[in-house]
Amino acid sequence: MALSPDEVARLAQLARIDLSAEELAHLAPQLDVILESVARVADVATADVTPTSHPVPMTNVFRTDAVAESLPPAEVLAMAPDHEDGRFRVPRILGEEQ
Amino acid sequence: MSDPLLSYEDALAAYEPVLGLEVHVELNTESKMFCGCSAEFGAAPNTHTCPVCLGLPGSMPAINGKAVESAIRMGLALNCSIAEWCRMSRKNYFYPDMPKDYQTSQYDEPIAYDGYLDIELSDGEVFRVEIERAHMEEDAGKLTHMGGATGRLHGADYSLIDYNRAGVPLIEIVTKPILGAGERAPEIARTYVEAIRDLMRALGVSDVRMNEGSLRCDANVSLKPWGRERLGTRTETKNINSFRSIESAVRYEIQRQAAVLSGGGTIQQCTRNWLEHIGETSFGRSKEEAEDYRYFPEPDLVPIAPSREWVEELRATLPENPGLRRNRLQEVWSFSDAEMRDVVNADALDLVEATVAAGCAAPAARKWWTAELSRRANEAGIGLDEVGVTPVQVAAVQALVEAGTINDKLARQVFDGVIAGEGEPAEVVTRRGLAVVSDDGALGDAVQKAIAANPDVADKIRAGRVQAAGALIGAVMKEMRGQADAGRVREIILEQLS
Amino acid sequence: MDITRSTAADLAASIAAGEVSSVEVTRAHLDRIGAVDDKVHAFLSVDEDGALAQAAAVDARIAAGEQVGPLAGVPLALKDVLTQRGVPTTAGSRILEGWRPPYDATVTRRLLEAGVVILGKTNMDEFAMGSSTENSAYGPTYNPWDLSRVPGGSGGGSAAALAAFEAPLAIGTDTGGSIRQPAAFTGTVGVKPTYGGVSRYGQIALASSLDQPGPCARTVLDTALLHEVIGGHDPKDQTSLAAPVPAVVEAARHGDVKGLRIGVVRELGGEGYAPEAEANFHATVERLASLGAEVVEVSCPNFEYALAAYYLILPSEASSNLARFDAMRYGLRVGDDGTRSTEQVMALSREAGFGAEVKRRIIIGTYALSAGYRDAYYGSAQKVRTLVQQDFTAAFAKADVLVSPTTPTAAFGIGERLDDPMAMYLNDLCTIPTNLAGNSAASFPSGLTSDGLPLGFHVMAPHLADDRLYLVGAALERSLQDSWGGPLLDRVADLTAPATTATEVAR
Repeated sequence: MALSPDEVARLAQLARIDLSAEELAHLAPQLDVILESVARVADVATADVTPTSHPVPMTNVFRTDAVAESLPPAEVLAMAPDHEDGRFRVPRILGEEQ
Repeated sequence: MSDPLLSYEDALAAYEPVLGLEVHVELNTESKMFCGCSAEFGAAPNTHTCPVCLGLPGSMPAINGKAVESAIRMGLALNCSIAEWCRMSRKNYFYPDMPKDYQTSQYDEPIAYDGYLDIELSDGEVFRVEIERAHMEEDAGKLTHMGGATGRLHGADYSLIDYNRAGVPLIEIVTKPILGAGERAPEIARTYVEAIRDLMRALGVSDVRMNEGSLRCDANVSLKPWGRERLGTRTETKNINSFRSIESAVRYEIQRQAAVLSGGGTIQQCTRNWLEHIGETSFGRSKEEAEDYRYFPEPDLVPIAPSREWVEELRATLPENPGLRRNRLQEVWSFSDAEMRDVVNADALDLVEATVAAGCAAPAARKWWTAELSRRANEAGIGLDEVGVTPVQVAAVQALVEAGTINDKLARQVFDGVIAGEGEPAEVVTRRGLAVVSDDGALGDAVQKAIAANPDVADKIRAGRVQAAGALIGAVMKEMRGQADAGRVREIILEQLS
Repeated sequence: MDITRSTAADLAASIAAGEVSSVEVTRAHLDRIGAVDDKVHAFLSVDEDGALAQAAAVDARIAAGEQVGPLAGVPLALKDVLTQRGVPTTAGSRILEGWRPPYDATVTRRLLEAGVVILGKTNMDEFAMGSSTENSAYGPTYNPWDLSRVPGGSGGGSAAALAAFEAPLAIGTDTGGSIRQPAAFTGTVGVKPTYGGVSRYGQIALASSLDQPGPCARTVLDTALLHEVIGGHDPKDQTSLAAPVPAVVEAARHGDVKGLRIGVVRELGGEGYAPEAEANFHATVERLASLGAEVVEVSCPNFEYALAAYYLILPSEASSNLARFDAMRYGLRVGDDGTRSTEQVMALSREAGFGAEVKRRIIIGTYALSAGYRDAYYGSAQKVRTLVQQDFTAAFAKADVLVSPTTPTAAFGIGERLDDPMAMYLNDLCTIPTNLAGNSAASFPSGLTSDGLPLGFHVMAPHLADDRLYLVGAALERSLQDSWGGPLLDRVADLTAPATTATEVAR
């Protein structure tokens, strides 16, 4: 199951991190060690065990449909790296919407 | 560059089309799916945003119970089973209109699944569309692409984002593969989406306006040679923004794919974009480029386990199936197909029904709403229900006509008065002095005057040419400023000249 | 009296009685920070003006005869992972440098409403990923007991601030031990409440199903008082429990373990544990037995898989939680020169803004959730979680609380484990099972190694039985102080003295 630098590069692309070649080379063996040691979960995770996603079992917690105050527009954009006309400005987008 | 197309007839001769439709319905809740920001359409950019819907660090979602309720009602109306236990999930992919870079959605545990919707085609045939699932998710923000020649994504220099829409609740309804549609596939696609619109409107859960994006449709189309079991490779057409376009896009994809296949080519699994201005689809993204969404259960929200009591309570609130209701009302009202279509097209079904319930005869109710009041709504560019006259008032006007207090022409003035806020129809009649004059003395004087002013016409009538009376009636009506019963005027003229 | 050596409970009483003002108390702590924090580096930012204004407001309320809460006017150090309106909040990351949130975390709001004075934001491993505070983008925090050693992590800043007498109260967050392990390394008290016991709203999420904010202090009672202020249901966090806060203050005052069944977890000991740590642990158990507790041995066979499950679940959730740091709406943006696309700018900004450990975990998490691996990794880990919960349920049928050492060793040297992720991860061996199961747990000071470094005693209680932690902690604290002749922290190095190492002081 050894992770190659190429595979790490693919994962980095999926995670939108522009890792350098040195980082890829350094990271791949570290990730291998980690993955090898965590893979033992499969030893006990048999088909009859139900997975748990939430630590405390709870259901049906809902909010009432009522309008609450939004942020003042100036505060919405105050921390934006770039904005224009009350909207967030971002560089040109290559990919299609999903 | 346009793709080659096969003629529709040749395409259908060789291949059977298989459809799959994904409809997104934006719910009309007051607040968003996971925060208290207003979900209303059309506010100034980013004024309906907060830490939650901007995805600020540390913020957490709090799910809107009304949205869950609407999803369950929608599922029930689509004849679905409602999950006894389900979770929200995260669909992970990066896109700048999505503040958290994941969409809170549902994955393998939709709230509603395994349903169907019966739709009525133009010739009255009923076609059953099987529903795979209906699940809850949140909408994304709105991008505006700047600097490019066309205002589209491609060629733009940069983009601007308004997150007002981010977090508005959505329901996605996914059909099972629709087989057996044959040459009617485009019509079935359109009729299905229209039926969803009617159903959502009847449920009152969405504004379902395609032009505002509260109803959106992606159409999957594949072809297979007739008789073959295995489905062909499909394409998914996005950005379809009108009912007409659904039909056109499906038809186009059938013709385009047929041309590829009959030329010995293969269909690539991909998304296609519907280009409204040229009526074609264009290549979007291949399956290979598709994201690995890395779904997992949303840890910030607890599971949803609708009790069976709650589900049954909600089932009891369901309105009648719009198609069945239409058929029932047409029969009760004895309308022809054309008359019924007029009512439906004018969006007047509810209004006519309420007017009849207020005591008005069905044909009269139809006439007022589809003609006089529809004309006013169209001129003002507003909905028929916003025209300013209630069904009860329409029934009252019609009652005044039937009592002979006013005639149809005066009724229009009564509507003017009601709309102008002058009161109920009877008050308008009194205040404007619109009642028909039925006092024979006053009418007699007016007739005498008209005879004196038109001796030649009077002579013709005396000579037996009764049809000439029309000219005298016109003169009397003019004298009476329209406030006379034309039938009674005619009788008096004939009496005086006999 | 030396204000900075006082307990929070005493300070609050003096402030309420008008013997000392909150402004004086706050000023004293700000001065202490000024005197020692260049050595300790517990704080990332100090909000002097804000703190003094909050203190003055409390003084005004008291002067007006208003009844104030039990911690009103007492200063606190807030872990930089919780938002405070208008105050820099970085989570120890370069990617959030300069970010000032427009809203308060629920914990922050409750503190301010209770009149607690927030001195500043404390250092931490970037996005709480780490066990040493060395992963902070702004440099490490140093252990006040020995400045060449780590204070633990991720909440090393909060723990060090307590041990260095820079604040009597602090807030931490615990995803796998980030409150308890630093408490053990610094000789302070740290409690991870039951999952959902304290609102996570406004805590910059690491792993949402494991994260839990909690109270940190130098004494058991102070910790309980703080627990009560920040705990309780919050509609903004739908995973928060709709139950009242357990009676923690009452338990801390009571501090009696007579008849309490204490379960020693067989699997949390042995190989990999420093002999001194084990010896201290067993001595502590004997001490509790001498105080009337009934000691039983329990077995939790699936705990040995907990670490593996944790290092799959945490990165999986983190990879998703940290996706939002994409340079579009806030935070660092790199490479936007007009030629690059959004996709490139996102990737460049995340490359520049995240540190090595964060990248490591994001990549692991991306892998564990990706198509084809999800069931084997993330899915199996979630099953282990079920098994760990079952172990807890069975063990709590035999014992009222479970105990173990908090950490296998005492504080290690700065830089020692930085490039060996697995060695670093082993620090959290004892603390992780609790986070997987959501129950409550705490670390209490239990002694020193021969090198003069603190050790911690780890107590675990069932869901919503957080009060039992305080019962044990208070009994232990009283008994140990009787033996030591004062609090353990009396033996900590004098940071204002000219260079002597902590080790020498202890000897």
